This record gives sequence, C-alpha cells and structure tokens, in this order.
Amino acid sequence: MSGEAALPAPGLRAWLLAEAPTSGWQAACGRAYRGWRVFARNPLGMVGLAIVLLLLFCAAFAPLIATADPTLQDLTQRLQPSSAQHWLGTDRMGRDTYSALVYGSRVTLYIVVLVLVISAPIGLLVGSAAGFIGGWTDRILMRITDIFFSFPRLVLALAFVASLGPGLNNAVIAIALTAWPAYARVSRAETLAIRKADFIAAVRTQGAGNRRIIFRHVMPLTLPSVIVRATLDMAGIILTAAGLGFLGLGAQPPTPEWGAMISVGRENILDQWWVAAVPGMAIFVVSLGFNLLGDGLRDVLDPKMT
Amino acid sequence: MTTVLEVRDLHVVFGEGHNKVHAVRGISFAVEKGECFGVVGESGSGKTTVLRALCGLNTSWQGQILIDGRPVPRRRDPAFCRMVQIVFQDPYGSLHPRHTVDRCLREPLEIQGIGQRDQRIADALDAVGLDRSFRYRYPHQLSGGQRQRVGIARALLLEPKLLLLDEPTSALDVSVQAEILNLLVRLRAERGFTYVLVTHDLSIISHMCERLIVMNVGRIVEAMPVKALRERTPENPYTQQLLQASLGYDRAAVERFQTFD
Amino acid sequence: MAEVMNDPDRPLLRVENLSVGYVTPTGRVDALRKVSFELGREKLGVVGESGSGKSTLGRAILRLLPKSAQIGANRLEFMGQDLLRLSEAGMRQVRGRQITMILQDPKFSLNPVMRAGDQILEALAIHGRIGRREGRRRVIEILKAVRIRDPERVYNAYVHELSGGMGQRVMTAMMVVTNPMLLIADEPTSALDVTVRMQVLAIIDDLVTRRGMGLIFISHDLNLVGSFCDRILIMYGGRIVESCRASELHNVIHPYSRGLLESLPSIEHPKKVLATLKRDPAWLAGP
Repeated sequence: MSGEAALPAPGLRAWLLAEAPTSGWQAACGRAYRGWRVFARNPLGMVGLAIVLLLLFCAAFAPLIATADPTLQDLTQRLQPSSAQHWLGTDRMGRDTYSALVYGSRVTLYIVVLVLVISAPIGLLVGSAAGFIGGWTDRILMRITDIFFSFPRLVLALAFVASLGPGLNNAVIAIALTAWPAYARVSRAETLAIRKADFIAAVRTQGAGNRRIIFRHVMPLTLPSVIVRATLDMAGIILTAAGLGFLGLGAQPPTPEWGAMISVGRENILDQWWVAAVPGMAIFVVSLGFNLLGDGLRDVLDPKMT
Repeated sequence: MTTVLEVRDLHVVFGEGHNKVHAVRGISFAVEKGECFGVVGESGSGKTTVLRALCGLNTSWQGQILIDGRPVPRRRDPAFCRMVQIVFQDPYGSLHPRHTVDRCLREPLEIQGIGQRDQRIADALDAVGLDRSFRYRYPHQLSGGQRQRVGIARALLLEPKLLLLDEPTSALDVSVQAEILNLLVRLRAERGFTYVLVTHDLSIISHMCERLIVMNVGRIVEAMPVKALRERTPENPYTQQLLQASLGYDRAAVERFQTFD
Repeated sequence: MAEVMNDPDRPLLRVENLSVGYVTPTGRVDALRKVSFELGREKLGVVGESGSGKSTLGRAILRLLPKSAQIGANRLEFMGQDLLRLSEAGMRQVRGRQITMILQDPKFSLNPVMRAGDQILEALAIHGRIGRREGRRRVIEILKAVRIRDPERVYNAYVHELSGGMGQRVMTAMMVVTNPMLLIADEPTSALDVTVRMQVLAIIDDLVTRRGMGLIFISHDLNLVGSFCDRILIMYGGRIVESCRASELHNVIHPYSRGLLESLPSIEHPKKVLATLKRDPAWLAGP
C-alpha cells in the first residue's frame, strides 16, 4: 500500500483509521486522511500539489529567498544574462529577474486567493439556492448568471479597469465577476441531482426550512464539484491576470508581477530572451500545477467523473 | 380504541394540462391507535403518494387528513413533525452521505430544539439494536440493514404518534428483511407506535398488519382484515388476482389474469 | 454438437469447479468458489442474497466479466464446446446466439435511442446476414410469440414509451429470436409488479419448454424460484450450499437454506417472529 511518504506515527494512524470512531471530530479527520491516501496514490496530482506548495512557500518566504530588492533599478546592470550575482539575469531597467519572480509569486497568489474567496462562495450559494428553491428564484438567478457568463473575461476586466482605473484590486474584482457564474452552474447541476433524494425529504419532515437544508445539507455536497472546477479554473485566472498585467492594467509598477514582466521584456525578446521567458515559464508551471492538482482532487472528491 | 389517523376523500393531482395525473382519487380510511395498517398496491396505484401527502412532503392534496381528530395544516409546522414521521424505502438514499450517524440523529433534535441530545441518541441506537461503535460512522461504512436501522432510529427520535413505513424492506436481502421486520414488530409492541405500512408484498402485510386496504390506479379497491388474505377470501377480483400472483407461479392461474384499469 | 442437439438427455451445460476471483488493492476477493453443476433442458433456479455470487455465475458462463477477473475451472462446457478455451471471436459466436441473457431492468438494458424492433433486428443481423424484409417479418413473429398484441406499434416504439412488463417482453424476444439453446435470466422480473411478473414468467416458461431450451433463472426470491423452476441451487459466499428439486424445497437440510426459508414471512403460515440467520463461518469453507 503506497503512502509511505506521509505515514504518521502508528498511534495517530490507528486513531485516524479506526473502524469505530468515538467522536465526530475523529470521524471527520479519518475521512480526510482516507481521502488524502487516495490522492497520494496519484503521482501527477502530487506533482501539482508540490508546485502549488512551492508557490505558497515562495510567497511566504520571499524576503528570505530573493537575493535582491526586485524594485531596485541599476542601469549599469541592464539586460545582463544569468550570473552569480543575478541568477536569472536582469531586465531593461536593471532589476533582478530572479527576485522579481519570487516576489511576483506573492502577487499571483494574492490574485488567486482573492478571486477564489470572492467567486467560489457566491457561485456556490447562488447555484445551490437556485437549484434547490426552483421556480422564480431559479429563473431569476440563472438569468443573472447567464448575463455574467456571457462576458468574455478579459473584455469585462478591461472595461472594469477602464472605468475604475488600473490596479491590482480592480483586476481581482473584474476577474472574480466573470469567474463565479461557472461555479453557480456546477453547483446548480449538482443540487438538481440531489434535490429529490430521500435524505433531503427526511430532513424536511423533521421541520427543516430551506435555509438550513441549503447550507447544511445541499452545499456540503455541491462543494466538492465547485472546488474541482475552481482549481481547474485557476490556470485561466492566472493567465487572465497575467494578460491584464501585460497590458499594464493589473498590478502597477513598481510591484513585480509576472505578466507585467513579460510586457517589459517584450521589446528585447530576441536578444535577451530570458527577461520575458522566465516569467512566462513561471506562469506556465503554476497553471500546470493547478491543473494537475485539480485533476487529482477530482479523482478523490468526485470519482464518478473520471 | 382511539382513531389516530383519519383520511377523508383524499385527492392528489400532479401536473397540469396534458400531463395531469390524478394519482389518488378519493381515498378514505381510518387507523386506530397502536395498530399496523397496511396499504397494498402495485406501481402506479398511488400508495406512495398517499404516504407523502400524509407526512407533508406533498402539499397539493385535497380532502381531509385528521390526526387525533384535528385537521393537519398543509404546511408542516414543528408540532406536526412530532406527530408523523416516515421511514424511507431506499437505505442507500435516505441518509446524507457526508453526515455521521450521530449527526444524522442529532439533526431532528436540533431542529426541534429538544435537549439531552447525547442521551437520546444513545437510547435511539440501543432501541434499534445498533452498537455504540456505529455512532460516528458514515453511511458508506454501513450495510443496507444497518442504514435502515438508522432510518428507523431517526424516525423514532421525535416520538411520533404515527410512523409511516414506505416499503421499508424492499431494498434489503431476505435475511436482513427478517431482522428489520422483527425490529419493527418489537418496537410497536414495546412503545405502542401506530404504523401505516405501504408495500407491494402481501406476505409482509400479512405478517405485520391486522387490517389493510388494496389500492389500484388511485382508488381503494378493497378494505379487509388480514384474515381474509390467509383464508383466501378477498371479495374483489383485483385482490384475488394479486393474492394469487403473490402465492407463487402457477401457470394455469396466469391464463386467467386480466388487466384492471 | 449435433448429438447434443438431438439427444434430449445429454446435459447442455457442464460446469466443474468454476472459480472466479478479483484482484483488488486489498487482496484477492473470491466471487465464486469451485461451483459445479449440470444443466439439461430444464429450468434451473439459482438463489442467493447479495454477494452470494449468483450474478457472477451467469456472467462467468458468458465470459462477460471484467478483465480484472480471473476465471478458472476444470470444466466449462456448453454443448460439447469448451467455453474457457474459446477465443474472444469464438465467444462472440456463442453470446447472443447460442447462449443469451435477460437482465433485470429494461430501462437500463435496452438502448434508449433505438426503436424496440430495430434492436431485435440488430440481434438477428449480428449473427448472420438477413434481408430487411425477412428480418422484420421474423421480429414481428417473435413479438407475437411473447404475446404482444400489437407488434407493429411496439416495433416502432422507443423503450421509454413501453411499460416495464412490455420492455421485458421485448428483451425476452431479443434474446430468443436467434434460437439459442440456453437462456440465462438474471433477476428478470424483480423490477416488475407481481401480476406482470407472472405473465412474463409464463411467456418465458412457454418459450423455454416449447423450444427445448435450458434456463438458468437467477433470483433472490426463494418462493418464486421454488414455484417456477424444476431444480434449485442455493448459493452463499460464492459456493453452492445446496441443490434440490423444486418440489423438495421445503425439505432442504443445509442450515443456510433452512434459515432462508424460515426467515420469509408467509401468507399461509403466519409466524410470530421471523427466524433470523446466524451466519456460520463454516458455510464459507464449503463441503
């Protein structure tokens, strides 16, 4: 049985895998641990997880990992290739590419987390409520969802920052506004499937109202699909953020941001290719990591879809 | 004998226009306290629809439903929930897949604001013969029979006057069915519950009930004591045919079968 | 094979020590353990609860098990042919033509996007060239044989337009149209109402008797099998624990069989308390 890499102490393991847990907490931990074991069997999923953890690590410890201040301009060191002092070279303003990359991970993480925190709960709630209550609530909520769905992400983001002004937070809001409809649809589809189940009927006969049923019975079941969908969406969100950054509408200088770095390196791409390629690779790797993580999660959370 | 449940001229219609289905057409019956009342029918007879109307899952019924002499509200209020509870047919669909047994049993107590929850949950598990070790397991870790016991425990927690049983054993193996039926008989004897048992299986009805009604396409075809089943004296030809078919395969008898619409 | 066809006394199917196991992450799981029996031109009932291996038996005969299943037997012979050694192409000649299978729920076992008649026609077409007109004629004929009163309408109907009983008749028609010698029915009437069940069973009974076919009737319903079949095999834990003539069902001696009989509620013989089975691990060890 695989899983040796993450084998907790025998006592803890026995506690987690106990046949007959003695508390709700133990049961929940045991279930999470079993889910982890299933996930750990998937090598690609683990690779994705490793990449995401690396991103978190870089973001958290950026001051310790970076070798220089990413905003420091040194015009005597412009467009230098990789060297002992500048591991990944410098850009056209003499800024250290490696340090900018590391600090840029903070921006990427900021965008990812904020978009997720805003859009996933909205999508989850809207979809579950629409699917469960049905009738006019469903129709109105779904038409609103359709309206937001019909905007191409980048175009809406452009319109948003055009009206509110460029900046990281505006970019995040703009992306979140176009991300939530997909989660609403996923959540609604799952809700429709479980709405007629006997366990929902049972809790109705006990006197539960819609609110209790949606929050405590429906949403826990639709959450896994939304998580999977959101993780797979991450790649697109990162790319959109990078696109905005590339157009100068995301994080504003001097904040290092991978998309903006590509834009800056665009002019010198033929001779000093590393300036644009390095952040491009970072975007690629992180997007891939989220995709692999999402696939691995889907195998665990929603096995019938694989 | 007090009448716990009285149903007068119950009608249930689904859908509109061409899709209109008159599932229940004018049913009337009464159930006495402490008895097990059987409702038998094949698919489409409306028997499950009657149950769903009785426990409030279906609110579009016409007619009168009286519990302890008082008419029931169309929308369930908390007091009503403590009068009528239901045990569902499919043990695999009647428990929330992400809730432990403890959570599942705690839910009705929390909704109704009843105290001493730990004690009541432990008592309910004892009553249905489930060991304490099952308390924090998830449904997928339980067998069909164990899940059905949890379903019964859940229904008992609110101490209802009337317990509706919707084909409680049809999804279970024969040996497990025997255990569940014995459990239901024992609970009724110990606690004086009143059951309305819906099933298509005449042998279960004859084991559990004293009286029964036979339904076909939304109507009551016959009301009779279980004795009539045992002595093979039903009066209505539909019931006679149902009884004949339930006794086993008889080639000659099949020739005489008709459709009753 | 011709000798077996003409000789009514030779067994159609001979099974000796058939075992099926699955390899799972947690070890080997035995679905069938050394099952042996013979089948002539008779109705053989296979009764068991879930996990007894009864469905696996039906599928093992047709070699319709997943690749992860390991099948082994001393003998698995159908009308003189060794089914274990046949290639996949050879098995395809057997399936649907010499041995056919009826499944439980026509909603799931029939194709929802094909007309009923076309599906039966397809069964014919797979096993030999047949002209469209001749094929249609044979399909209408077989629909009449399963007592469908308006075969034209049913030919053109889709599965969701048919009732459960009608769907099972279509399924039965599809499975006898190629004139097989052995029919395996896996819970064919469990999803049907009790009167419809009897009618479908009568149709299967007539077809099987008239054509001299063998029938393996898999079910969990002991009483039904006792009244419908000629002989019964009772299965538990992948083994046959008892076999008897249907008329002798009430005289079975194995504790599991007795336990099953006594745990059934009965209209004619009321019991105060239904006997519950105490499972003895010795039953899994076999004779």
